[in-house]
Amino acid sequence: MESDGIKGLLHEEPVIFEKSSAGRIGIEPPSYDVPEADPAKVIPARLLREDLDGFPDVAEIDTVRHYTRLSQWNFGVDSGFYPLGSCTMKYNPKINEWAARLPGLSLLHPYQPEGLTQGALELMHSLEAYLAEITGMIAITLQPSAGAHGELCGLLMISAYFKSIGKPRTKIIIPDTAHGTNPASSHLAGFKVVPIKTEGKDALSVETVAAVMDEETAGLMLTNPNTIGLFEKNIKEIAELVHKKGGFVYCDGANMNALMGLTKLGEMGVDVVQLNLHKTFSTPHGGGGPGSGPVGVGKRLEPFLPKPRIRKEGNRYSLDYDRPQSIGRMKAFYGNFSIMVRAYAYIRRMGRDGLKRASEAAILNANYIKEKLKGTYHLAFDEPCMHECVFSDKIQLGDGVSTLDVAKRLIDYGYHPPTIYFPLVVHGAIMIEPTETETVETLDKFIEVMKAIAEEAKTDPEILKNAPTRTKVKRVDETRAAREPVLRWKKKE
Amino acid sequence: MPYIPHTEQDIQKILKALGASTVEDVLSQLPASLRLKKPLDLPSGLSEQELGAHLRELGGRNSTVQDYSSFLGAGAYNHYIPAIVDSVISRSEFFTSYTPYQPELSQGTLQAIFEYQTLVCQLTGMDVANASLYDGATAVAEACLMARRITGRQGIVLSGALHPEYRETVKTYLVGTGDQLSEAMYCTETGATLPGAVEAVIDEKTACVVVQHPNFFGCLEDVEAVAQIVHRKKALLVVVVNEAVSLGLLKPPAETGCDIAVGENQSFGNALNYGGPYLGFMATKDEFIRQMPGRLIGQTVDRDGRRAFCLTFATREQHIRRERATSNICTNHGLSALAAAVHMVGLGSQGLKKMATLNLSKAEYLKKKLSEAGAQLAFSSPTFNEFTIKVNKDPGEVLDNLLGKKIIGGLGLKRFYPALDRHILVAATEMNSRAEMDSLAEAIKGA
Repeated sequence: MESDGIKGLLHEEPVIFEKSSAGRIGIEPPSYDVPEADPAKVIPARLLREDLDGFPDVAEIDTVRHYTRLSQWNFGVDSGFYPLGSCTMKYNPKINEWAARLPGLSLLHPYQPEGLTQGALELMHSLEAYLAEITGMIAITLQPSAGAHGELCGLLMISAYFKSIGKPRTKIIIPDTAHGTNPASSHLAGFKVVPIKTEGKDALSVETVAAVMDEETAGLMLTNPNTIGLFEKNIKEIAELVHKKGGFVYCDGANMNALMGLTKLGEMGVDVVQLNLHKTFSTPHGGGGPGSGPVGVGKRLEPFLPKPRIRKEGNRYSLDYDRPQSIGRMKAFYGNFSIMVRAYAYIRRMGRDGLKRASEAAILNANYIKEKLKGTYHLAFDEPCMHECVFSDKIQLGDGVSTLDVAKRLIDYGYHPPTIYFPLVVHGAIMIEPTETETVETLDKFIEVMKAIAEEAKTDPEILKNAPTRTKVKRVDETRAAREPVLRWKKKE
Repeated sequence: MPYIPHTEQDIQKILKALGASTVEDVLSQLPASLRLKKPLDLPSGLSEQELGAHLRELGGRNSTVQDYSSFLGAGAYNHYIPAIVDSVISRSEFFTSYTPYQPELSQGTLQAIFEYQTLVCQLTGMDVANASLYDGATAVAEACLMARRITGRQGIVLSGALHPEYRETVKTYLVGTGDQLSEAMYCTETGATLPGAVEAVIDEKTACVVVQHPNFFGCLEDVEAVAQIVHRKKALLVVVVNEAVSLGLLKPPAETGCDIAVGENQSFGNALNYGGPYLGFMATKDEFIRQMPGRLIGQTVDRDGRRAFCLTFATREQHIRRERATSNICTNHGLSALAAAVHMVGLGSQGLKKMATLNLSKAEYLKKKLSEAGAQLAFSSPTFNEFTIKVNKDPGEVLDNLLGKKIIGGLGLKRFYPALDRHILVAATEMNSRAEMDSLAEAIKGA
């Protein structure tokens, strides 16, 4: 069939070090307005370096061409449809980028006196309030740098709570559908992970949790909607059970894009949640960060939030370090401020109605894809989904075609593949999250392509196995990368 | 609605396909008892034009390091960012993509980060570097955890001249797994970590000793002397660099006995941004690769045997190993690392050396001027672009007075070190003109 993905003019481009020419000068620092110091006179010789071996010397135009060419081998949301499940690859508004670069919001040193950063503190204070309102939590910290960092922060607060009452607890319950970061963060926070088997079938039941919840267990960590794309409808009853045993409910807020303005985690009994501003709140993913992972808490955990907190008295904002029960700090300074600026801009642009509409449209788009591809691909769970849906390669396996082959063939058609082989409970999972920012025309085209690929799987499976062919490189040998590691460039001997 | 392209007809088309008559039908999986009864208490949406005006107004309520002469450093440095940096990182193929799980359409990110890893190796002299961590503070915490995995020991020794917020971060990170932290005092005369103090706290249970160089007071450390003590006890030495420009002049950590080099690369290409996002780096020896946290990019080949890049050593990571992973880290600070790489490449070996020498020269000039104005240099160690002065009056008052002259004179150290109640940490970079420095010296006379 016809496809959007046609081959452009791609250049070969060596690694930058191979473009270096000794003696060539890129960017010159400004000239001296003070006497030039002789390093050898100021610093003992044994502390000085001899050379910068291998550091490239490249002309400015070649540096620019180098990175421009590299960028052309990449695929972003601006390049095309990016239905990467659980990652919420929505449109990243341009006004946000403009805002983050405003001198008044970017040229601020973190240790400037508070009197000179009232606008920044107000922005952070307002963003905290907005996120608290959206989640139904009573307080938010903006400090964590990413989702996993937020998870660690939340779990450390839970741990600190139990220590503060003199009854430390050692375990955390985590369903098998969880993101890998959940058990990894729990381990780092000092908890032993008690996995519960759901096999993704039904919503988590009160009985399943009751069977393992005891008074040595600090709580339950779940994702809602879960990674199958289904809403955990027993959450309130589960939370009551966990609370009765003195525990906490941690919700991984990675999937918050399904819930804005429709329901609030706080009202479901969730005690702590991390948000991923780079998912739900439209900040760019940056090729893998920087993100931002604010954490919201209920009353019991509020004293344990990282410091400093932002305080407002009258019209004046300040940083409050006097927090005796605080877990301390998750990083230097106050968090990824320029990411907060973008999320703040997004929330103000969308407003209360826009956010609700976004969640509704995200759910509509996911259900549309689910309905249209059902039958062509095996639907892991045939139920109405939230913001994402999970298929598998069960039908295609009959023709010897796997999820990986389908994913790679999608690339040739000009699409970023969905998340594959996650969640682990679905064999050969294909997890599709379209987000609300895509038009129905885009969804229709994608559906058509997915159907064409299913057809090719039957008639010409080799096409799938050889895909992609239209990219800069063909299928990459990942096994060799691990077996014969080359993790840096080195000068040829 | 902004960014939601659905027309009424589109919604009807979707509903029809779903066999539903209203949007509410599709939401029926949400239990009615949990549905919100009233709209969120948030402001109404703004047009792009209104939003722009609002943000400009909010930004206008801040004063920037351009509005004031700023001599603040302390882990966040005001450097010139060449125009090419923003031009490259504004390419949306870079900034609107995600973690390069699908290597065939992520070669741009992958090659750029592979090059970044190489640049970090060249700067630090180490064998291998990861794709970046959140910031300098978390990089130190991760290095401590890594040292524990390598040595099987639990004790951590931090220099008292390590950035106080880094020390706090380490403490927070380690609390879950037993902190066992001790501190090695700095010398009140030289400002450098006392080898004797390291000797006094290190023992057979010590996993690593962490030393910052240049340290928090701006002082250069005798890292080699500390390394000897550390290695005699078979512990690891973690060297922290939070002003990476210093590596343009200073001996790379690898040549001073470092086992794990970590720190902050904000100085390259990343704006001050009121404290973040910044850019943690980590580099180590080949033998420790499998205990290193964070993403790693490797070179390999594609089916036709052509050079290609991909994520590698994923078996260390959380999405494979879950609770047995080396770290819970899921991403890096990719775009910040790209910005740093573009800046480093733009400078080249000569440019970086020149930039470092210029920073040293500015700081030496300012030192001289401030001494002449009556401020005392608090410590005797050599410094790079930052140093500590001692004043006779209350530093809070001195700094407040400077604000009146549109000068942010530095950071009063009392908040972190109660004993240093007359001390101010002052940084000078290529952004500080001679005239600014003269004004600071003039204004500080008599303080």
